[in-house]
Formats: sequence, structure tokens, C-alpha cells
Amino acid sequence: MRNSETWFRVGTGAFGALLVLIVVGIGFELTRQSMLSIAKFGFEFWRTSTWDPVAGQFGALPFIWGTLYSSILALLIATPISLGIAIFISELCPDVLRQPLVFLTELLAAIPSIVYGLWGIFVLVPAVRALEIWTPEPLRHLPLFSGPPLGVGMLAAAAILAVMVIPFISSVAREVLRTVPAAQREAAYALGATRFEAIRAALFYARTGIVGAVMLGFGRALGETMAVTMVIGNSPKVTASLFAPQYTMAAVIANEFTEAADPLYVNALIEIGLVLFVITLAINVLSRLLIVAMTSASRRAPALVEDDAAETAA
Amino acid sequence: MTRVARRKALSSLFVGFCALSVLIALVPLAFVLFYVVSRGIAALNFAFFTQMPKPVGEVGGGMANAIVGTLILVGLAAGLAVPVGIISGVYMSEYAGSRFATAIRFAADTLNGVPSIVIGVFAYGIAVLPFKQFSAIAGGLALGIMMIPIMARTTEELLLLVPSTMREGALALGATRARAVFTVVLPAALPGVVTGAMLALARIAGETAPLLFTSFNNRFFTTKLTQPISSLTVQVFTYAISPYEDWHRQAWAGALTLVGMVLICSVLARIATRRLERMHVR
Repeated sequence: MRNSETWFRVGTGAFGALLVLIVVGIGFELTRQSMLSIAKFGFEFWRTSTWDPVAGQFGALPFIWGTLYSSILALLIATPISLGIAIFISELCPDVLRQPLVFLTELLAAIPSIVYGLWGIFVLVPAVRALEIWTPEPLRHLPLFSGPPLGVGMLAAAAILAVMVIPFISSVAREVLRTVPAAQREAAYALGATRFEAIRAALFYARTGIVGAVMLGFGRALGETMAVTMVIGNSPKVTASLFAPQYTMAAVIANEFTEAADPLYVNALIEIGLVLFVITLAINVLSRLLIVAMTSASRRAPALVEDDAAETAA
Repeated sequence: MTRVARRKALSSLFVGFCALSVLIALVPLAFVLFYVVSRGIAALNFAFFTQMPKPVGEVGGGMANAIVGTLILVGLAAGLAVPVGIISGVYMSEYAGSRFATAIRFAADTLNGVPSIVIGVFAYGIAVLPFKQFSAIAGGLALGIMMIPIMARTTEELLLLVPSTMREGALALGATRARAVFTVVLPAALPGVVTGAMLALARIAGETAPLLFTSFNNRFFTTKLTQPISSLTVQVFTYAISPYEDWHRQAWAGALTLVGMVLICSVLARIATRRLERMHVR
């Protein structure tokens, strides 16, 4: 009896260990495969911006720049919208609308990246180009809007990324809002608060989890590959212009990996992958910790009234 | 304006903003679906499913090889991820409080957040580089690694939903833990697990990035697992960035096929989950 219990535990645990092994393995393998580049360029790799495979000169600054710029821009667009959606679904909308809206936002997440990319190339990019041509001349002299109206570039990439991370942020934010005890809102209403003020109180209570949700979206945006690759223009340049074609870390790996013949070139690309892995890992860990801290704290909080909203949502 | 009126106005404004955000998010969804369906249907025909790609410049042909390739890749991924995911899910729910279960859960969540392109690089390192050969196996491995954490977490959550009286009943009758789990608890959660597996399959079938340099692409029909193999997503990508009008047409048809697959899976899964919930809650 005792024996079979041990076997069961070890047997199933071994499969679980595989998951841990894969995560560790990714870090190990990517480091091993990028040693050439790490040894040759060291920290210079991340500070220089010459990307010249023919000369064997690799500097990854433009990719870091493009990745951070597009992701932050996407979050600036997506965060208010996602929170609006989360609040609308969890606090404001009539019960009949709740399930359909959840389904539709989930659908937004289910559409494959490549389909967004295809739509981006043939529908979004021409629209962005029209917008860029339409931009008044004085504005075009600002660094933010400089460059020829190509359509492909930072603006299109950020827009498509925003659409893609909205469902992630809003669904986590919705979960987080559900853990806010009803007593919080009821106390606010009892003091004569308006709807906005009561929700603001709930948002304030949930702030840690909300930050976690936004960071989770950030992690998604950083690693998004296909859709961005297809609309950002793939040109390694460090520029603030929204109209300029740029490049991201994920996109350069996707585009150049199979073409890279030289070992140093491959190593440089894998090093970019390694850093992408480390950054997304750190962001994910941090955001999960925030969300866990938030949800377990509210579980400990005394609930004065049964949370009807959470019941019906479940 | 009185103070109260101002506060009420602000509140209405806020409610309006929230409703507006929902609309803003639904607009791109409607747009994407509209274009995929309208352009896709116009391009979709019988030949798309049955014929091979025509040589560059020739009009016509289809993606038969890519459709079969996607099925093979997804099958390989499921073969890896379903057992590994389900059994580690069992561990996490059975030993929920233990430190190792927490570590596995943590690994699953982190793995879920690793960008798919990075998974592709990893699979390239362990399954392409040593054999100096792009292969269906490498592609299936990459997709499988993406699917494992989804399967594991879904299984765990579903097993925790099974009433503890069922497990206790089995144990009271003298069943070992393994027996109780595999013959009583897991079967009770099986419809949900199948649903979860379908959703996970739909998701990984739409992945492109991990396949670019693992299964690569192949203009010819093949079922050899050690050879490069075509997939719908990589084919759509290749066609989308090509300069040929007819390839663009086929890319839309491919996109429609992908979206149709995802939609059917998620609607089916939704119906199944609802039925399951009704069964367990009452």
C-alpha cells in the first residue's frame, strides 16, 4: 500500500519535473548556443547598433529599442481600453451581455498571430499609409512623425500589438476585480459615492493585481512575433518616429534565422533570443507574484457580505 | 453646476468610457473577421484542399500538403503534450500543497509566457542542430512544448473541481491512490480535459513562429517525420509576403481555414464546458 503510493507520487512527479526541466533547459541551451557571440562582443552587443552580417559586426540596440518602443506604445493604447472592458464586463454590464462579451474578447485572443499579420499587411498598413499622407505638413516636421509615409512601421506594429494584448490584460484584470470583496464597493456606496467613485475604490484596492495584469500584457507584447514582423518594416534603426520602419528582437530572429549561414551570425541571433527569454521570464514572474499577492490578500480579508457578483460571474 | 451634479456627470462619463472601450475592442475583431471571411471565401475552392502548390508564377493549385502537414505537426504535439500535461496536472492537484507541486505550477506558468519564437530557437537547438536537418519531429516538439503547460494547468483545475467525495469513496473501498485517480477522478473530469485539449490544439495549430526553423517548409507532399514539412501557417506567411497576386488570394483562404478551425474548436469547447458545469454544480 505504502509502496504503491510512493510509486504513484514519483511516477507522476517525474512528468511534472519535465516541465521544470524544459524551462531550465531553454535557458541552458540558449546560453550554450550563443557563447560565440557573448564571448566576442560581450556587453557591446547591447550598446552598439551596427547590424552587418557580411562584416560579422553585430549590435542589437535597434532591436531592443524597437521591441521596447512598440510594446510600450501598445500598452499605452491597450491599458485604458482593457481596464474599461474589464470594468464594463465585471461591474457594469447587464447579466445577459456578460457571457457573450467574455466570449468575444476571448475570440480576439484566439485569432492566430499570422492572421492578424495578413490582415495587417493588406488592410491595416494601407489605412495607416493613408493616415500618414493625410497628416498635416507642420506635424510631419516633428521627430515623432518624420519620414516618408510608407504605411509599414512603428505605428502599424503598435496598433496591431495593442489589439492582440487587450484580451490578455482585460481577462486578468477581470479576474482581479472579482477578488475585490463586495464590502469595499458597498461601503463606498453607503458613504454616498457615485458609481465611478465606488469603482475607483475597487480599482485602488486591486491596484497590485491590475499592475500585474498590465505587466503580463507587456510580456506578451515583447514576445509577439508574426504580426509585428509583417507590419513593422524590418529596418534596424533607432528612431523615435512613429512612421519609420523599425525592427524587433522577435522579428529579427524570425526573418534572419534560416538565412544565417555563419556560426557567429546564428549565435548573435540566439543571444537575442536568450535575452528575450530572460526579460519575458522576469516580467512574467514579477507579474504573477503581484497577482498572487493581490488575490491571496483579498482571500484573507473578512467578507461582510456574500459576494453575489462573483457568484453570478462564475 | 453643483458639486453633486458634477460628480454624477463624471460618473456617467466613466460608464460611457467603459462601454466605448468594449466597442473599440470589438471593431478590430469585426474587421479582421470580415476581411478573413469575405476574402477567404472568394478564394476558397475545392482545389485549395486537394491540390499541391503550383510552381512560382502559375495560377491555381492549393495547400493540400500544408493541411496534411499541420495535422501531422499538431498530432505529434498532442502525442507529447497530452500525456505529459495530464500526468503533471494530476500531480499538481493530488499534491496541491507540496513545494514541488508549486514549483511545477510555477514552471508551467512561466513556460506559458515564454515567447513562441524562443521555443522555436530552443527546439532548433535540441532537435535540428544535432541532426543537421529540419524535420516534422522538431516542429512537433516545439508545438508540444507550447501545449504542455496549457494541458497541465487545465487538467489541474478540472481535477480540483471533481467532488472530493468521489475520491474518498474510491479510497474507502480500498483503492490505491493511483487507482482512485485513474479510474474514478480522472474519468469524471475527462470531458473537461478533452475540451481543454481541443482548445490547446486550436491554439498551437495557429502558431507560426516556432515552426519557421524547426519544421521549415516543403513545397512537396510528405509524411516523413524526419523531413521538413509544410504547415498552413508557414505557408500563409510565405504567400503573404510574396509579390504574387494569386498567392495573396491563397493566403486569405489559408487564414480562413485557420480561423474556421479555431472558431469551431472554441464553440464546441464552450458548449461542452457549459454542459459539464451544469453536471457538476447541481
